[in-house]
Amino acid sequence: MNASIDVVVNGEPRAVTPGQTLLELLGTLGLDPRTVVVEHNRRIVRRPALGDVTVAAGDAIELVHFVGGG
Amino acid sequence: MTTAVETLRGAGRDTPLTIGGRAFQSRLMVGTGKYGDNETMVRAIETSGADIVTVAVRRVDLDRTKEASVLHHLDPKRFFLLANTAGCYSADEAVRYARLGREAGFNDFVKLEVIGDKETLLPDVVGLLEAAKTLVRDGFTVLAYTNEDLITALRLEDAGCAAVMPLASPIGSGLGLLNPFSVRTIKRRLGVPVVVDAGVGTASDACITMEQGVDGILMNTAIAAAQDPVAMAQAMRLAVEAGRLAFLAGRMPRREIAVPSSPVKGMLD
Repeated sequence: MNASIDVVVNGEPRAVTPGQTLLELLGTLGLDPRTVVVEHNRRIVRRPALGDVTVAAGDAIELVHFVGGG
Repeated sequence: MTTAVETLRGAGRDTPLTIGGRAFQSRLMVGTGKYGDNETMVRAIETSGADIVTVAVRRVDLDRTKEASVLHHLDPKRFFLLANTAGCYSADEAVRYARLGREAGFNDFVKLEVIGDKETLLPDVVGLLEAAKTLVRDGFTVLAYTNEDLITALRLEDAGCAAVMPLASPIGSGLGLLNPFSVRTIKRRLGVPVVVDAGVGTASDACITMEQGVDGILMNTAIAAAQDPVAMAQAMRLAVEAGRLAFLAGRMPRREIAVPSSPVKGMLD
């Protein structure tokens, strides 16, 4: 049962370990949780809760931050 | 250096720009997009004297995660970061971006844009009003980018927007203030601050816009796309102050005939 599951991160399919939390996912992507905002299936997950939410097959995850804009 | 507007403020003739209960010293707000490099961006923004600086919410590039967000270059303690919903074409999308921006940011202000057309980037006022109502209900301080249309501006104020931001001309066009009459009318009729957003191309545009009596200007491309953005930022700072000062000073009436400046009496025979 260690087969990976497929989720969609920022619009791209990505294989992750079953049971992985959002915090762990950020870690595997090399992202500092203080610098990104995480949206999980259209719901914003605040920083303190990132370690509590596990990802499931088919989940849509958006990782955003501020960029230059007018 | 004491600026002209600071002098006036000392004399009790001008007050700071206040939006959503927060006072800002500068009437010039600037964007952070389109700069060739971050160092130029930071120097231009510092030179502009702006307190309010806009930013956009976008996906992190997962192939280049070491690329720092714009926050890496701008101290949020020094600048008031105003998240926008640029690029959103529906009320739902704009609300989604606004919530992400609030989470990424440091305040509940949002510069709300709901765009209706890709070619002109003109606002979709129906979607804009819908999104404004939702966000106000959600506790946001909404600054709404809109057409220079009085009725929409009044409805945005009724919806609880903290500021209304009519355009001077389309985003990134640099065409300057195309409809001074409409912008003046909006300013005269609204109680909330009116900040002209988009379309300013050069310093004279900024000055003329401020001479209409509006509370401020937000610009991005005019500075970022200038050949020397830092010099243009300085020009814009001075132009916004000059325009504000001229408005407060009260211009002479326009006349269709000449009136001599020198005495007509005392001429030689």
